[in-house]
Amino acid sequence: MSQRSALMGPALRMGGLVLALILLIVVGVATAGERFWSTGNLITVLSLAAVTGVVSIGMTFVITSGGIDLSVGAVVGLASVWASTLATQYAAEDYGWWVIPVTALAVGLVAGLINGLLVAYGKMPAFMATLAMLAAARGLAEIIAGRQTQIVDVEPFFDVFQARPLGVPTIVWIFVVVAAAGWFLLNRTTFGRRTVAVGGNPEASRLAGIKIKRHTLYLYGLAGLTAGIGAVILLARTTAGSSTHGTLLELDVIAAVVVGGTLLAGGRGTITGTVLGVLIFSTLTNVFVLNNLDSSVQAIAKGAIIVGAVLLQQWFASRERVSTT
Amino acid sequence: MTSSIVRTRRVSGAVVAAACAALVVAGCTSNEPRESEETATGPVTVTENDEPGDEVVIGFSAPAADHGWMGAITSAAKAEAEKYEDVDLQVAEGTNDVNVQISQIEGFIDQGVDAIVLLPFDGAALTDVALEAMEAGIPVINVDREFSSPFAARATVLGDNYGMGVSAGTYVCEQLGDNPDAVVAEIAGIDSLPLTQDRSKGFADALDDCGLDVDARVAAEFTVESGEEQTANLLSAEPKIDAIWNHDDDQGIGVLAAIENAGRDEFFLVGGAGSNNMMEEIQDPESVVKATVIYPSTQAADGVKFARLIAQNKNVSDLASIGVPRTVQLFAPVVTADNVEEYLPIGFDS
Repeated sequence: MSQRSALMGPALRMGGLVLALILLIVVGVATAGERFWSTGNLITVLSLAAVTGVVSIGMTFVITSGGIDLSVGAVVGLASVWASTLATQYAAEDYGWWVIPVTALAVGLVAGLINGLLVAYGKMPAFMATLAMLAAARGLAEIIAGRQTQIVDVEPFFDVFQARPLGVPTIVWIFVVVAAAGWFLLNRTTFGRRTVAVGGNPEASRLAGIKIKRHTLYLYGLAGLTAGIGAVILLARTTAGSSTHGTLLELDVIAAVVVGGTLLAGGRGTITGTVLGVLIFSTLTNVFVLNNLDSSVQAIAKGAIIVGAVLLQQWFASRERVSTT
Repeated sequence: MTSSIVRTRRVSGAVVAAACAALVVAGCTSNEPRESEETATGPVTVTENDEPGDEVVIGFSAPAADHGWMGAITSAAKAEAEKYEDVDLQVAEGTNDVNVQISQIEGFIDQGVDAIVLLPFDGAALTDVALEAMEAGIPVINVDREFSSPFAARATVLGDNYGMGVSAGTYVCEQLGDNPDAVVAEIAGIDSLPLTQDRSKGFADALDDCGLDVDARVAAEFTVESGEEQTANLLSAEPKIDAIWNHDDDQGIGVLAAIENAGRDEFFLVGGAGSNNMMEEIQDPESVVKATVIYPSTQAADGVKFARLIAQNKNVSDLASIGVPRTVQLFAPVVTADNVEEYLPIGFDS
């Protein structure tokens, strides 16, 4: 591969995403004017993107390694329920607000590690292992919550997570920090390089000395952990835990990751692309609501964007191949 | 080499720590309140119809209790049956799978129960098996979601979705009537359901009557999460709103969270269904929630009462005519701070 196309390829792909986002913003400004282009609305878009965004970062790693995690939505639901039971809330009142987020993160992490064990050591296809977790986690969440909505009544928790340091909600900061940490982890550490290597060519990675099983375990653990963070954000936003939280979130997350340019087959991943993908979908929803348009039309537009983005990616990919030969 | 071993140990340490944390939080699944609360019971009315009669076995089937209102449906039906020593209520496990629900009704027919109270997951899909029960001589009381054949039920108890919209719209009109430029917003439930369409139509019709219309509308999915998300967008879209009608109090928790997050209070909010949570908000003068429209969660309890009367060949006590009516459509009253005390006993927990 020539050096020029190696640099141009990703830049072009990012360019396409940025262009799509700018296009959406132009449509937003043209149709809704100041209602769209205001600090308040910008924060609304970012807050709405926070849950999907945080979970998408973990998913980017899993997909880059050639895996998939269908359970993230259900794990978000389970973690939100577990972290908002009365027992947890009493513990939070007695020991401190941190009990709630720590519970959610622990539940997410353990669910993720179970996924990882099944995939890496149980040799189950990721699709099946995480599908099983999807069903089981949702069921457990329903049992714990008794299918009721659990309202959180721990003020100190909201004091922290509904605060607005520098005028920006805490949950948006969490998204920013998780995205930055994800970018660093993927692009600047051995862990990230191994993730790409495992996704690109597992056999070669194994021969190169990467402990694939253990690495896979960590990747799913990471995805579970981000699902736990997503649950904390949802708890902060909705003030309640519910077994219905995160329903079908996995689809939005996978769509954002793939639209962002991470290869579903593995071997290539981009955190920047994922963040742009998340922002595109979140802006799209916002523009539709600002114009009081039907939610069904929005679903069609979502579908069109996914198809368009993937076709564009394939086109870029084929150009890269041509330019290198 | 040494450093990689150290790192391995450190990482394994993290896993162990995580596992320990997991063990600690594993204890946190209890939902027992610290002090026990009294469970709500419906209004108590005693008539001579309530005198014990022949023992009646009633089969009861409803969808899965996946939201507060549906949970209250089943618990209210059970509570109603408890009040009668002559009623043996056989409650089938709530399910959203029509195949399973059909088999439950077939089971009741085989068992030869005296009556069946059925809130079908899908009215049309359960019509056939209800017909089968009727032909076997078992009266079926259809609750909330109507069958597609009038022969499939002896009696039908319905909520009034169109009426909910009318009640909400009329209340909004009363509050804003003299201001034709008022901005009215609507947060609907799942848009593809006929019940949502009925509610929206009633709301629009009532507003039309006083020269108002729905200026902004979003559709959530009856869940807290979707309620929050849609409302956040709605509030962003409309910088100034005068009134909002939210179709469903279960999703209302998310709606309120979004309103709180946005720091908005220039409007009043009307709820729908009648949860305890919303009624408590109505009692709080600081809250934006000023009213909610009841969609009775006691419908199936009425169904149980009717089933008992039909099986015992009794009449409804305050009607002059003979026989339990074919169809009863329940009232969708508006609950405000003035009458909330009266409705709190039939509120349900989200």
